[in-house]
Amino acid sequence: MKNLQEQNTQEAQSVFTAQLQRRSFLQYAGAGAAGIALMAAGCKKRDRGIPEYEGVTLDFKDDFGVLNYAYALEQLEAAFYIQVASAPPSDFTAAQKAYFQDIQFHEIAHREYFKKALSTAAIGSLEVDFSSIDFTSKTSVLGAAMAFEDLGVAAYNGAGVRLKDTNYLLAAGKIVSVEARHASYIRDLVSYGSFADLTTLTALGANNAGGLDAALTPDKVLPIAGKYVKTKINVINL
Amino acid sequence: MNIVNILEEIEKVDGEIYERLNPRRAAMKDFFNMSKKITLAAMPLAMGSLFQKAYGQTAPSSVTEVLNFALTLEYLEYHFYNHAVVAAPGLIPAGTPAVGAITTIRDHEKAHVDLLKGALGGAARPALAYTDFDFTAKGTFPDVYTNYQTFLAVAQAFEDTGVRAYKGQAGVLKGNAVLTTALQIHSVEARHAAHIRFMRSGGPNGGGAAIKPWISLGANGGANDTGIPQVDPVYAGEDLDVQTGVTITGIANGVTKAKAVESFDEPLSSAQVLTIAGLFLK
Repeated sequence: MKNLQEQNTQEAQSVFTAQLQRRSFLQYAGAGAAGIALMAAGCKKRDRGIPEYEGVTLDFKDDFGVLNYAYALEQLEAAFYIQVASAPPSDFTAAQKAYFQDIQFHEIAHREYFKKALSTAAIGSLEVDFSSIDFTSKTSVLGAAMAFEDLGVAAYNGAGVRLKDTNYLLAAGKIVSVEARHASYIRDLVSYGSFADLTTLTALGANNAGGLDAALTPDKVLPIAGKYVKTKINVINL
Repeated sequence: MNIVNILEEIEKVDGEIYERLNPRRAAMKDFFNMSKKITLAAMPLAMGSLFQKAYGQTAPSSVTEVLNFALTLEYLEYHFYNHAVVAAPGLIPAGTPAVGAITTIRDHEKAHVDLLKGALGGAARPALAYTDFDFTAKGTFPDVYTNYQTFLAVAQAFEDTGVRAYKGQAGVLKGNAVLTTALQIHSVEARHAAHIRFMRSGGPNGGGAAIKPWISLGANGGANDTGIPQVDPVYAGEDLDVQTGVTITGIANGVTKAKAVESFDEPLSSAQVLTIAGLFLK
């Protein structure tokens, strides 16, 4: 049992900290259901000197895993906009301040929606790392906002096909178009007219010739988002 | 409004439309008689109830039906923008960013038409030409190609309808690889919608219509936030603030009803969308 637990701890290392190649990532993801059961055992035995299973775990075995994935991204976005809205860059116009307030409340609403919808299945709160963002600089804030929104669109578009419940799929669809509206607006602030410049989104899976927006699977999204998260996010059953 | 032409258009997609409407011809005759007595403004609602009956629970149920439904909408959007770009001189202010924006959107709609046509192959609906449409909606928007603000207002209605229409078909495409492609089109339409709204508000310099990139609550708490009552059917139900049983208004400090409504875009049923599209089909 002890050996298995150690093996589990190794396998469940964060996708954020590990530079995993695709092949090894899939191997690790395949550790699967056995991993989470052992993880629970590991937590209980913390007081006996067995290392605690750190961070949060996204278990993609069912819709709750996908919803928790969305919950994680919404936590990140909400934290970012709360910080911007509370102390916007000094050269934001009044209209921009008002719209960033709006976006802040949208992301908070999304975050709280997932928390309530998931109820006891919800992951814990993530600790964010915005050290790479200069919140006094309009350029830095808009650049980060654009990255968050475009990534959010890519994430929802790429994860929708995993959802099995029609109502959850619809809820995700209701949110992703609002994220796309944010992306459009913020891109227009960065460079007016770039609202849907799909040629700049090919790295996120967009296809300009087909008029198709970004779409990325969770294994591609999480390492990008990981730059802004301190909490370890473990992924199983992906 | 020529309902017969609209029904013919739907018949191309759904061969059983007349049967769905009512197997008894007398009932259809009643509807035609009734339609003569009601005003144009009331027609969308009357049509809505008719199509609701027609499709009911059995709205486009196969992937092919959904893709043809989407193709109809993309034809509508493409021809609307293409005519503005190539055949309505002076409409879009020359030398402004609007020319590039409308051209970009036109190009995306064309890409969507080509993509859907290619995916459907021989099952694709008959092509629709510019001449198949009446973008004045039988005179509701008489200056759509001569008044830039009217043009933008109709564009906004089309884009917001497009977003809602794709969303409404998500359930049919659930778990299918086609869903991802549909979602990728859906969010591009949302980017367009937000940009057209931003253009209407005056862009970065402001000074235009009091409208946000996201769909908010309308005046007096109504679902239509555009200030244009003629497009009420486009925004029907957008004021919903309960999602999968979770009430969003008040879910956290500062999340008012308006913010709750802005946070979630609502779908339209295929019947609602066909009603709207029907207003612009000859």
